[in-house]
Amino acid sequence: MSDPQARRAPNLTPLELHVPEPRFRPGDTADFSDIVVPDVDAIVRPAEGAKPDTIRDLAYGLVRVLDSDGRAGGSWNPGLSTDRKLAMLRTMMLVRAFDDRMFRAQRQGKTSFYMKSTGEEATSVATAMALDRGDMCFPSYRQQGILIARDYPLVRMMNQIYSNRGDHLMGRQLPIMYSAPDHGFFSVSGNLATQYPQAVGWAMASAAKGDTRIAATWCGEGSTAEGDFHSALTFAAVYNAPVIFNVVNNQWAISSFSGFAGGERTTFAARAVGYGVAGLRVDGNDPLAVYAAMEWAANRARTNHGPTLIEYFTYRAEGHSTSDDPSAYRAAQEFAAWPLGDPVLRLKDHLIAEGAWDEDRHAAQAAALEAEVKAAQKEAEKLGILGHGMHQPFETMFQDVFEDMPWHLREQCEQMLAEQRAKFGPDWEPR
Amino acid sequence: MSTETMNMIEAINSAMDVMLERDPSVVVLGEDVGYFGGVFRATAGLQRKYGKTRVFDTPINECGIVGVAVGMGAYGLRPVPEIQFADYIYPGLDQLVSEAARLRYRSAGDFIAPLTVRSPFGGGIFGGQTHSQSPESMFTHVCGLKTVIPSTPYDAKGLLIAAIEDNDPVIFFEPKRIYNGPFSGYYDRPVEPWAKHAASAVPEGYYRIELGKAAVVRAGEAVTVLTYGTMVHVAMTVVEEQGIDAEVIDLRTLLPIDIDTIAASVEKTGRCLIIHEATRTSGFGAELAALVQERCFYQLEAPVERVTGFDTPYPHSLEWAYFPGPVRIATALAKILKD
Repeated sequence: MSDPQARRAPNLTPLELHVPEPRFRPGDTADFSDIVVPDVDAIVRPAEGAKPDTIRDLAYGLVRVLDSDGRAGGSWNPGLSTDRKLAMLRTMMLVRAFDDRMFRAQRQGKTSFYMKSTGEEATSVATAMALDRGDMCFPSYRQQGILIARDYPLVRMMNQIYSNRGDHLMGRQLPIMYSAPDHGFFSVSGNLATQYPQAVGWAMASAAKGDTRIAATWCGEGSTAEGDFHSALTFAAVYNAPVIFNVVNNQWAISSFSGFAGGERTTFAARAVGYGVAGLRVDGNDPLAVYAAMEWAANRARTNHGPTLIEYFTYRAEGHSTSDDPSAYRAAQEFAAWPLGDPVLRLKDHLIAEGAWDEDRHAAQAAALEAEVKAAQKEAEKLGILGHGMHQPFETMFQDVFEDMPWHLREQCEQMLAEQRAKFGPDWEPR
Repeated sequence: MSTETMNMIEAINSAMDVMLERDPSVVVLGEDVGYFGGVFRATAGLQRKYGKTRVFDTPINECGIVGVAVGMGAYGLRPVPEIQFADYIYPGLDQLVSEAARLRYRSAGDFIAPLTVRSPFGGGIFGGQTHSQSPESMFTHVCGLKTVIPSTPYDAKGLLIAAIEDNDPVIFFEPKRIYNGPFSGYYDRPVEPWAKHAASAVPEGYYRIELGKAAVVRAGEAVTVLTYGTMVHVAMTVVEEQGIDAEVIDLRTLLPIDIDTIAASVEKTGRCLIIHEATRTSGFGAELAALVQERCFYQLEAPVERVTGFDTPYPHSLEWAYFPGPVRIATALAKILKD
């Protein structure tokens, strides 16, 4: 073997490999003062039919509606009624209460896994509220807010999390990988960004059939690096598909900061520019801006103006999942230092500033939602928790591999049942 | 129903034509399949007849082709994507293995992926290592996928219609060496057109051949030959040349496999030769050999033999030294029948 160093030309600069490194690690004091937070009127809302090449700047700005004093302003202000805003606040608070409760349930050993969406509630709740109920969502794994915004029963979500007798997915899926066709919510995969081209296919089918429904899909900034993301953008651009790509840029993909997805060089919204697709970069912790961006994109898609990519600039306040420990790789007070705040508190402050809400009512609502979640949990636990025997009948393991069970699966099912009889005695019967 | 003489391409085209006509949810997509009609002409004329929203070209992006087909299936369509060569299918593998194959299971039937992925496969056309592969065992290993491989125009049409109507994802591999005529295994002899073969008489309209059913293409007593695709014809040539009373079984569907037809035949003959063009190690022949010895061990009078491609990439200039042709098959048959 020759030494590669020996081949180096002596008069040339040695090449350097750049391996990205986040600015703050455990023990550091996070300082985000360099993040530019523009005023609410810095970016003007373009016409919904605007051609992508006339609005490229929007991929590099930051669409905002709520200013630092909680006042709504600027051309993106969606002008929602107080009731709608109160409903939005309540839904985000319910998501947070649900997350807290289920995180604790995992820690109590009632299930194997959970993923919180703390700090990112707006990116699923406000987006879902801006869509029609008939529009199809192809979520990633942190969009429980869509289901809750669409009034999916909490008990059903918990049954799935517990893989219990009431889990309509038969205990086959990791917790939080929901599926809810009646609520326009596609089966969550667990593999990353695979839902992106699927959403495009659904949107293409809707367009080919002359339907009026559109599709929306979500992924994190980390998985924009997947090939599926770029396949999806290509197909959406080619066929002008009525689809909305939501990139939740929460800065962290497990322990990898956004630099490992290319975030050091440009914004994630700017991915749209190369495809000739409309791209928006939005304050993801501003629920009204999130709503406004999705409403703009949805109206565009609905009027055959094609796809939009929206980057929500936000922050993952908690670990990636219950299996993660962020204190091992990032500075402890990053969320506290985050310049865009907390979406729940920002909407709360806005409603208080408008005179439609107050601290007492907020505290009372938080307590009421906590009680609602607790009551749902009690219901769900009547049907069992993971690993305590109240699972689905054994033979369901072999169902739904195919529409009809072929001989080799029937044979294997018999073998499995015989194993159970060997374990539990000849009187054992499959439940 | 009146029949027409068709080669395999025409039969496959006719199957899609019938299904596009019968079922408005059927859509055909893939690289060059639209206006041009496909590099092998399998979709010729279909866009003109059914319009651009039902038969259309796609970007060169197999992940996207399969991924959008999964989404179209979730919407309620019945997509028939073409992957131009089986060798190009790998960028779409995650969408097939992790998505299409498991969607029904993971959603407990909330969503299904009723796609039929058509793709020309196999060698013998001087395609080199990126236009000749036989990757079928990569798909039979995936739970939730069905894998179908026809060997005649008649079967190709009936199986393709059944595959399109199937509510599970089907990998439909078309042996491109025999698109225009059955192949004897003698590459230096003129190609015989399909017209001389009985199975080129193809009904014009709708008919199905049930998936999961093998065909006994030659009844015999001396040895069972299990094969599929191009190799059915090569095997038949050798068996006839050698005057061997072999029972030749065209598997047609690899998964789910027709175990009853296989076991009944091997129990009768006591000997079994497995032939496929794909590479040997972990090939589908390994699964067949295991099934045969599990079911028929006490009826076997000789070890089960495999004739396969070698464990190398498909070579360009040495294609015919690679191909499991008449010499390799005759040698294996002689060995099995020795005692």
